[in-house]
Amino acid sequence: MFELIGVPPQALFGQLLLGLINGAFYALLSLGLAVIFGLMNVINFTHGAQYMMGAFCSWMLLQYFGIPFWGALVLAPIIVGATGIIIERVFISRLYHLDHLYGLLLTFGLALIIEGLFRQQYGSSGLPYTNPIPGGTNLGFMFLPWYRGFIVVFSLVVCLGTWFMIEKTKLGSYLRAATERPDLVQAFGINVPRMITLTYGFGVALAALAGVLAAPIYSVNPVMGSYLIIVVFAVVVIGGMGSILGSILTGFGLGVVEGLTKVFYPEASNTVIFIIMAIVLMLRPQGLFGTPK
Amino acid sequence: METRGNQQTLLVFAILVALGLVAPLAVYPVFLMKVLCFALFACAFNLLIGYVGLLSFGHAMFFGFAAYISGYSVKVLGWPTEVGILAGTAVAAALGLVAGAIAIRRQGIYFAMVTLALSQMVFFFCLQAKFTGGEDGIQAIPRRPLLGFINIANDFVFYYVVLAIFCIGFLIIWRTIHSPFGQVLKAIRENEPRAISLGYAVDRFKLIAFVLSAALAGLAGATKAIVFQLASLTDVTWQMSGEVVLMTLVGGMGTVFGPIVGAGIIITMQNYLAGFGEWVLVIQGAIFVVTVLLFRRGIVGEIMALAQYLQRRSRPAPMHGATQQSPAE
Repeated sequence: MFELIGVPPQALFGQLLLGLINGAFYALLSLGLAVIFGLMNVINFTHGAQYMMGAFCSWMLLQYFGIPFWGALVLAPIIVGATGIIIERVFISRLYHLDHLYGLLLTFGLALIIEGLFRQQYGSSGLPYTNPIPGGTNLGFMFLPWYRGFIVVFSLVVCLGTWFMIEKTKLGSYLRAATERPDLVQAFGINVPRMITLTYGFGVALAALAGVLAAPIYSVNPVMGSYLIIVVFAVVVIGGMGSILGSILTGFGLGVVEGLTKVFYPEASNTVIFIIMAIVLMLRPQGLFGTPK
Repeated sequence: METRGNQQTLLVFAILVALGLVAPLAVYPVFLMKVLCFALFACAFNLLIGYVGLLSFGHAMFFGFAAYISGYSVKVLGWPTEVGILAGTAVAAALGLVAGAIAIRRQGIYFAMVTLALSQMVFFFCLQAKFTGGEDGIQAIPRRPLLGFINIANDFVFYYVVLAIFCIGFLIIWRTIHSPFGQVLKAIRENEPRAISLGYAVDRFKLIAFVLSAALAGLAGATKAIVFQLASLTDVTWQMSGEVVLMTLVGGMGTVFGPIVGAGIIITMQNYLAGFGEWVLVIQGAIFVVTVLLFRRGIVGEIMALAQYLQRRSRPAPMHGATQQSPAE
């Protein structure tokens, strides 16, 4: 095969695939953040911890109940989503009448509590989770492990499903209406507070789903969420939280850019997303898909 | 009313300074220096959230990076201590200029996310750069005599130097918020579109406030590096940014003395809980949650609100609009 600017294609496509996988996580997490922010005006700082909870939940289901990956893929988001609903009812719902910054501070505190509890219980070294679909196929220019391919396809399906639900269904139209004018929607007899609660639960479930998907490729680890969430915040700033499709596109796109940076200039691979964020803020402060307020 | 408020503030400040002067007789001076460094850090942070309404979630980048600069210039370049501290402060101000110019393009929640992301970028830079010593940090930074004759190797002597540095920083902040410049900042906090329509170059005011806050956070970090003779990655992490938010929140955002009280409480707590491992994180998180839900004004803010309430009850006819003033006064 050909060489690209001195880079062997194996390495190039390998990193591209890794980039797509990271992008899948960015997309799932920023989608959840955007859905929550749209309706509640709260930036959910607990999102990273809830992603970590998803991974741990999946590990526990296997360890203590013998439930395999496929069961966890359904159960873990439901369980973690339910804890999210409790958090919304007990804590976050008390802050809607206040400055949105308090929501950020509250969810930051909750993230510290959750991360601290898991670190206390499981240490920070990480627990292994076996690959549910071992093996792979040789595509000629690269080796594709089945599970990694599955992550990319599956998360794309979930993202597009979410987009379809919000943009094209009746339920989604209620949601979009409540985002614009919650008071009017309430006046039409729709239970907006309950809708907010369920939306928060749904956003949290998306984070947990990403955690379940991440468990077999990254080790299950109490600090796995806190670093990821900061990158996802940058992704959200770059994309702007105005559009669902925009979040998905930005997530996957930045994952790929990060992967390419690992090939061509590895020193910057940790920082490239933050640099892009700075450039976007200078040129288009509202974000690539955001609308100026 | 305003002058009386100022007199009260100065009185409290004088009492605090007097307490600070005798404190090392009772308490270990290194602990007190740590409290003072973090109190200055929190006051610098409070300048932004309390008086401009900007929540920076990345102030550790100024604190930690200034620590590296002062440590490196004193230990490796062999610069005098006072020059090292000033160099750290200057670099933090320059970093604040760049970070501020980027971050003030967004408001509210986005501002918090942008500052957090920028500080994470500085964290990765410090992790990879050669001069920071990576995971080890810069260790055994010498405490050479300050200005050539003040023996800061002695903890007692150094404590009074740190107290002086803190007072200078505090008075700069106090002067800033009571200047016409500070009034404009408050106007921006209360109603930004209105400030714009009155002809103020809002972005420039915000940027100057941001740079000032970054420089003072840098002064705190640079001093801390000399106190502990160590500059490490801990000081640039997002956890450190979270801690300074917590100190200010607990003490009272937008109050003059709140950050000092908050820093004292949180540092004392960390000191006592050092043996409990990860529980410190859980307890800090719990304090966040409890404070946000139950007493958002913080300790000093609640005390001031109570005092105002009692004052109003004892004098039933408020003459001027003074009672409506925010605790920020």
